[in-house]
Amino acid sequence: MKLSKNFTNPLAANNPVIVQILGICSALAVTVKLEPACVMGLSVIFVTAFSNLVMSLLRNGVPSRIRIIVQLVVIATLVIVVDQFLRAYMYDVSKQLSVYVGLIITNCIVMGRVEAFALGNKPWDAFVDGVANGIGYALILIIVAFFRELFGSGTLFGFDVLARFGYVNNSLMLFPPMALIIVGVIIWIHRSINKDLQEK
Amino acid sequence: MGLRQFVDKIKPTFSEGGKLSFLHSTFEGFETFLYVPNTTTQRGAHVRDCNDIKRVMIMVVLALVPAMLVGMYNVGYQAGIEGILPAFWFGFLKALPTIIVSYVTGLAIEFAFAQKRKHEINEGFLVTGLLIPLVMPVTVPLWIVALSTAFAVIIGKEVFGGTGMNVFNPALLARAFAFFAYTPQMSGEAVWYADGKTGATALEQLATTGDMQWSVMDAFLGLIPGSLGETSTAAILLGAALLLFTGVASWRIMLSVFVGGLAFGYLFDAVGVTDYPAYYHLLVGGFAFGAVFMATDPVTSAQTNCGKWIYGFMVGALAVLIRVVNPAYPEGMMLSILFMNALAPLIDYFVVERNIARRKKLIKNVK
Repeated sequence: MKLSKNFTNPLAANNPVIVQILGICSALAVTVKLEPACVMGLSVIFVTAFSNLVMSLLRNGVPSRIRIIVQLVVIATLVIVVDQFLRAYMYDVSKQLSVYVGLIITNCIVMGRVEAFALGNKPWDAFVDGVANGIGYALILIIVAFFRELFGSGTLFGFDVLARFGYVNNSLMLFPPMALIIVGVIIWIHRSINKDLQEK
Repeated sequence: MGLRQFVDKIKPTFSEGGKLSFLHSTFEGFETFLYVPNTTTQRGAHVRDCNDIKRVMIMVVLALVPAMLVGMYNVGYQAGIEGILPAFWFGFLKALPTIIVSYVTGLAIEFAFAQKRKHEINEGFLVTGLLIPLVMPVTVPLWIVALSTAFAVIIGKEVFGGTGMNVFNPALLARAFAFFAYTPQMSGEAVWYADGKTGATALEQLATTGDMQWSVMDAFLGLIPGSLGETSTAAILLGAALLLFTGVASWRIMLSVFVGGLAFGYLFDAVGVTDYPAYYHLLVGGFAFGAVFMATDPVTSAQTNCGKWIYGFMVGALAVLIRVVNPAYPEGMMLSILFMNALAPLIDYFVVERNIARRKKLIKNVK
């Protein structure tokens, strides 16, 4: 597969969240505000990129029977690195994200890309694929968080945007069901544009 | 020129190839609104009941009228206006904008979707558009009505494929949206009075003090504060009689909702959680309104007869359970109906499965 295609595919046509419906749980949990959503997105980009890279480098040395354990060790290590980094340098955000950084380990996108792509491809391709899938995830997170923060609190990144116009906050936006509905609407729009994705 | 000739004259403009053919379903909607369509199927045998969706929907709207009229009078009565007509007129003027906004928003979205998807306009919104204002406090800001109507029609109905395909009752979804999104405008002490007075509703009084300041007769006739259409149990029963007489609503559901509510009301009264009689639950708040007009929605309720009993009983029981046990929600009817809407297909599934299993066993025994 060509490298550019390899990079653009997970952003829209094969987006991990809205096409493969992976990683939904964290998309619901961390999208109340934009800031934690951005940090979460960056963390996932880092983890998918480097777990893909490492597993691709190891792919010829790991027996297939124990590959899941090796993958878990690699992913867990990376997640702990991210978690410790956030605690050291962005303590407030890390408190907001609470367990969800640690739960990146169980994010299906990470494991899915390692299994489906990194184990069969060269390191550089695998790295690009990891970055692209991370970005595809982060993109959806940021879109959802944008609408939830804008309409739920009237702010963006904590700056007052709508309240000065007399906007009344919609508190339903702060509840997790609304994140699910927004993801659903994104899927709806996405599939209306890409007709080949519609199920018969 | 008669209306019929006029409609026939402009028909080609909206038909295939005409100038305004993209407005075909809008034209079709108005034409069938004015006249019974005289087109017949060309092939195959069709046996049809004369009771089409339009007639069913109009029946429900008619059944809602008594509750609406008494609700309007009650708005004026609660505001302290003397005399029946002045009080009614006051309430009518307060309620009319809400009804107009609900219809205009909802129908605009319905028409747009029908146009886009090239199918006929469904009559389902005729009822929903009247139900929404009836389950809102009369002081609700109009933009909240518009927003929640839009939410209910788009997210509650159109994403599932339009009228007849929805999982949740659209009118209740509109109320749930407004309730959770704009809690201060939808609950509390001030929203139930049109003239700035404040005071707890009967439900809130029952939940906090265990008694209410109104007599049982007032609650039955609907002279207590509350949402526009929900207060008068008497008027709602009048509507219920019409629905049952015409066979539009299921008597099984209606009856079992009341039975479920009474059963749990008695249970809580007997074990001492509440100290007011069980039938209070049926008179105050939206219980009767929900039981008659919301729970019986043929689209979102259970379809099998046995399923209807279970569904209805659970609606009533859960409503009372939420009212009594959860202090955050003095009114449980909305949540219990929405919850059972979600479970209705599951109930049907198990009823059907059990029936299949029973008949399989029958065959085995015969062999």
